[in-house]
Amino acid sequence: MNLLAVLREAARSLNANKMRTFLTMLGMVIGVAAVVLMLAVGTGAQNQVNRAVSSMGSNLLVILSGSTSAGTLRFGSGNAPTLTTGDAEAIASLPNVQAVAPTFPGGAQVAYGINNWGTQVLGVTPEYTSVRDWPVESGDAISETDIRSSTRVALLGATVVEKLFDTEDPVGKTIRIRGQPFQVLGVLRKKGQSLDGRDQDDSILVPITTAQNKLFGNRFPGTVRFVFVQAVSQEATAAAENDITLLLRQRHRIQPDAEDDFTVRNLTQVAEAASATARILSLMLGAIGSISLVVGGIGIMNIMLVSVTERTREIGIRMAIGARQRDVLMQFLLEALMICIVGGVIGIAFGVAGALAIGNAMKIEVAFSAWVMLVAFAVSAATGIFFGFWPARRAAGLRPVEALRHE
Amino acid sequence: MSGRFIEVEDLGKQYEAAAPGTPPALQSVSLAIEAGEFVAVMGPSGSGKSTFMNLVGLLDTPTGGTYRLNGQNVAGLTTDELAHVRNRVFGFVFQGFNLLKRITASENVALPMVYAGTPGAERRRRAGDLLAKVGLAPYADAMPNRLSGGQQQRVAIARSLANHPQLILADEPTGNLDTQTSAEIMALFTTLNRETGVTILLVTHEHDIAQYANRLIRFKDGLVVHDGAVVHEGAA
Ligand SMILES: Nc1ncnc2c1ncn2[C@@H]1O[C@H](COP(=O)(O)OP(=O)(O)O)[C@@H](O)[C@H]1O
Ligand SMILES: [Mg+2]
Repeated sequence: MNLLAVLREAARSLNANKMRTFLTMLGMVIGVAAVVLMLAVGTGAQNQVNRAVSSMGSNLLVILSGSTSAGTLRFGSGNAPTLTTGDAEAIASLPNVQAVAPTFPGGAQVAYGINNWGTQVLGVTPEYTSVRDWPVESGDAISETDIRSSTRVALLGATVVEKLFDTEDPVGKTIRIRGQPFQVLGVLRKKGQSLDGRDQDDSILVPITTAQNKLFGNRFPGTVRFVFVQAVSQEATAAAENDITLLLRQRHRIQPDAEDDFTVRNLTQVAEAASATARILSLMLGAIGSISLVVGGIGIMNIMLVSVTERTREIGIRMAIGARQRDVLMQFLLEALMICIVGGVIGIAFGVAGALAIGNAMKIEVAFSAWVMLVAFAVSAATGIFFGFWPARRAAGLRPVEALRHE
Repeated sequence: MSGRFIEVEDLGKQYEAAAPGTPPALQSVSLAIEAGEFVAVMGPSGSGKSTFMNLVGLLDTPTGGTYRLNGQNVAGLTTDELAHVRNRVFGFVFQGFNLLKRITASENVALPMVYAGTPGAERRRRAGDLLAKVGLAPYADAMPNRLSGGQQQRVAIARSLANHPQLILADEPTGNLDTQTSAEIMALFTTLNRETGVTILLVTHEHDIAQYANRLIRFKDGLVVHDGAVVHEGAA
């Protein structure tokens, strides 16, 4: 009996036992699909967080106007900002501080030609791009001269470029922000999503003085909404946080028992917390996937063991009518292999399709790893082959009469 | 190939699983069977008939004595060679039919040819011929559980004939069948024996069934207690 004939016999047997084949394959599919899906979602989330974290800039603190004890920052809240450009300059001279980037944000409608787009405009100083690790990709950066003269110049984020310009090079063009003409100085490198899921590229940078004096009115002269502070090192962030608090309380003449009128947030800690959360999420999803893999494996095992009696008799019959031991073993091995390969491929397909669907529906990133697929596949396949093949091995080692007697 | 077709000498079998102290299932059997014979084996339940059949059919190994098949001592055969003999030289018919449940009658009949390496087209052709020979041509594509007991046994007989065997071993082939069907099955064996010269070794409980054979061997307590020609009733 040649290999082809055994292969046919195995296929015939799988076809003849559709329910058993289906259930075994189901175990395989469930296990593999769950692992692939869960890990794709988990790894995707982790990647997304990691990218957002690294897009933040390093060793960063952010100081917010007002005592936002827990809430997120809200633009245009109407409250008088408590931070000033002077505060920022004072912070810059602290020993643990490398650089500061005071920021004055606002929302604005921008236009170029017939294109219109509502976006966020950030009034910034030249330090902003280096502190946020957000370099100008083409064109020029905002200069000290621009700050001094409140010039109407702008750096565009990638999304804004996309919305306003079709194929044209934006550098040197004049766009309108809140109806005022601004010359496009340069285009910023693509930055991606922030930790809270905002599109950071949907923004425009302008000189902070221009934002304060010309764009968003002069209600609170010299104030800024927040200040990014870059500490000299990762270790220095805590000390810098302390120094800044002391300095600002002094500068704002806050009584010892009074609350701060500003909030210092250590973004390094936020980033670490976010990374840890993502890691835990990823681990949990991985654990769920692994449990499914085990459940699928138990399913495969059960089906295989339940059919041992019937299959032992079958082996007895086959041996009585002339099958050699190796014919029987090869047939059972091939049956197990075929189930595993088909089940594994279907499982991977379902896992990938499911992860893509979830990613699409929930607008989250998913990431696939060939390694994960391989391991999930190997574990399920090993279960299937072991429990498919091992009873057959036992039965084929019996004398035909013993296998036939099996009740 | 020299010597007689089947020759056993002092053949014995002691089951390992047997309770301590029990005598061997087969004590010592010495006999010979010539090609073309139609032998009935009778004896009370537990007298060792099935044990003997399984040894002759190379489904089990003896614990004593020798067994020569066409002059060759089978003790020297490898498991693959034993499989080859079961495949080409023997055909089995069991009391419980032992068909594979999930494949068609015709696929069951063709199965021994699969292990003989017969090409697919030839297998299907011959399986069809054999089913026709046992009167089951219309049931080629039926699943075994759709067939009556008698029909299933006919499929099993067709299967036993697949590779032109020299010997058909049938252990109580009519044990699960009614009288009428049993008679039909026995008639089929008789025809096969007469027309193709195939040797038949058949275990039965019933006297009527043994009447179809030419020779009768009686077992008792693992020993042969009678061996002689069948005296055909009404033919004396
Ligand atoms: N696998 C076995 N293990 C132990 N004892 C067995 C086995 N098969 C048969 N026997 C015993 O051997 C004796 C002969 O059995 P068997 O050959 O089946 O008798 P028969 O077919 O004539 O009814 C009986 O006593 C039976 O219980
Ligand atoms: Mg018996």
